[in-house]
Amino acid sequence: MEQTKMRELSEKARAIRLGALEAVYNAKSGHPGGSLSIADILAYLYFEEMNIDPKNPKWEDRDRLVLSKGHTAPGLYAALAERGYFDKEVLKTLRKVDSFLQGHPDMKHTPGVDMTTGSLGLGISAACGMALSGKVAGKDYRVYTIVGDGESEEGQVWEASMFANHYKLDNLCVIIDWNGLQIDGPVAEVMNPTPFDTKLEAFGYNVITIDAHDFEQIDAAFKAAKTVKGKPTAIIAKSVKGKGVSFMENNVSWHGAAPNAEQYEQAVAELNA
Amino acid sequence: MMNYEKKATRESYGEALAELGDKYDFLVLDADLAAATKTGIFKKKFPERFFDCGIAEGNMISVAAGIASTGKCVFASSFAMFAAGRAFEQVRNSIGYPHLGVKIGATHAGITVGEDGATHQCLEDIALMRTIPGMTIINPADAVEAKAAVEAAINFEGPVYMRFGRYATPIFNVNPDYKFEIGKGIDLAEGSDVTIVATGLMVAMALEAREMLATEGISARVINIHTIKPIDRDIIIDAAKKTGAIVTAEEHNIIGGLGEAVSAVTAEACPVPVIRVGVNDSFGHSGSVPALLEEYGLTPANLVAKAKAAVALKK
Repeated sequence: MEQTKMRELSEKARAIRLGALEAVYNAKSGHPGGSLSIADILAYLYFEEMNIDPKNPKWEDRDRLVLSKGHTAPGLYAALAERGYFDKEVLKTLRKVDSFLQGHPDMKHTPGVDMTTGSLGLGISAACGMALSGKVAGKDYRVYTIVGDGESEEGQVWEASMFANHYKLDNLCVIIDWNGLQIDGPVAEVMNPTPFDTKLEAFGYNVITIDAHDFEQIDAAFKAAKTVKGKPTAIIAKSVKGKGVSFMENNVSWHGAAPNAEQYEQAVAELNA
Repeated sequence: MMNYEKKATRESYGEALAELGDKYDFLVLDADLAAATKTGIFKKKFPERFFDCGIAEGNMISVAAGIASTGKCVFASSFAMFAAGRAFEQVRNSIGYPHLGVKIGATHAGITVGEDGATHQCLEDIALMRTIPGMTIINPADAVEAKAAVEAAINFEGPVYMRFGRYATPIFNVNPDYKFEIGKGIDLAEGSDVTIVATGLMVAMALEAREMLATEGISARVINIHTIKPIDRDIIIDAAKKTGAIVTAEEHNIIGGLGEAVSAVTAEACPVPVIRVGVNDSFGHSGSVPALLEEYGLTPANLVAKAKAAVALKK
């Protein structure tokens, strides 16, 4: 990957992190930790990978992203705003009574949101449906879905995995955001879903493990995924929850809490450094 | 009552899918019950448009939502217990909340599942589906209506829950002028003393009860409510006003089903006595269908008794 492209994506990721935090700060609630852990992946998907048109969000041949871990909507909204689906000012209305930015993604009201999510485990199945429908219709769009590591404790994630592999959905790419933390603590302590690699391989996926914050690795993984035929790809993205803000990194208390004014100021300063 | 030919509505569902597959572009999903839900009839004719999801109903419902989000019409089938019961949350959040055009074909509803017993005798699906905003619920009364409902569902924008039975019931909609319209109750027989508002397999029994009541000098109107949501308020209010008493009849728990839907309409618009016939807040059990219908009071004789009681309650 070219250095200029990488710098550009890093800037987009920075903007997504700032946008997500601005939204959560103004809402006084929301999920910053998991929004920051997927910011680089979102930047890559929306500014490099996906074939989309912000002016025509319902374009039927578009690539689709299902944020199965729907609680990290602030990250998604920031990416959509940055990509031009709606004005960045709208981010400040997150979770407010007259806003189209719901606490969890709502495809009926937010331009660019491809599937309503929030109840964990459901999004990956919907992504399978989109991928299957594309295959039946002979369309060549691709479907991406970001699943949380904690979310993978839901049995439906594995029902969907059976389905995706049974129907050889090679137009589907599942990204596991492995940030290691869920509400009650480390995933390894709450209900250990690992190992991811051998489990996903056993289900039939083409499995790629990457550092979720390294654009070289992200780029290589998504490029490789597109070349694999006859099976879906699962990208295990080892990430840092709260990535980019020192006091949020690897700290479970930032799973679902908003920063106060002082903390927000510090976070913005760190991200802009 | 005339001796009508009998057929299970699930049979009609499968046949309708296969027949309408030529006319409309849709996919069909099932969860390892194609032989029982009768989607297998469609599968045989259109194997490339049928997808088995295995025994994973929650996934099937959310997959259907994903398909519908691409603009494709899709049916998702299982037993009512698993489509509405096990997968309730998927129906609510994947289909209901985003109002996606998934058509749920739920078979084996009610106690007429028979010998398989209580785990499979779903008596709460109507209640569950009624609480989902924007959900349309259709409970056809016979094979003719079941087929008409499937075509109406295909042409309807938004989610539809269709309830079919395992047990063969009389095909009484033999009138060539029969017309099905979502949300429109059907006046089947005139009467002035009481109205039996029935749904599903209870409609044929209501017609039989009407004949029995006539021999005792009681004139009963019979209304078929195939669409339980949105319910036809006008026809219910008209019946309440003109006959002054109502008996509801459904193969479902009396809690949360047709009876409560009708009661809500009359209570708010035209209060009259309403007596609910259905399964009286209990689970079913194994047994032959006729024995179970008798035990739970889903019979013309019980409708006659309740109709008399309703008439007696009139001022």
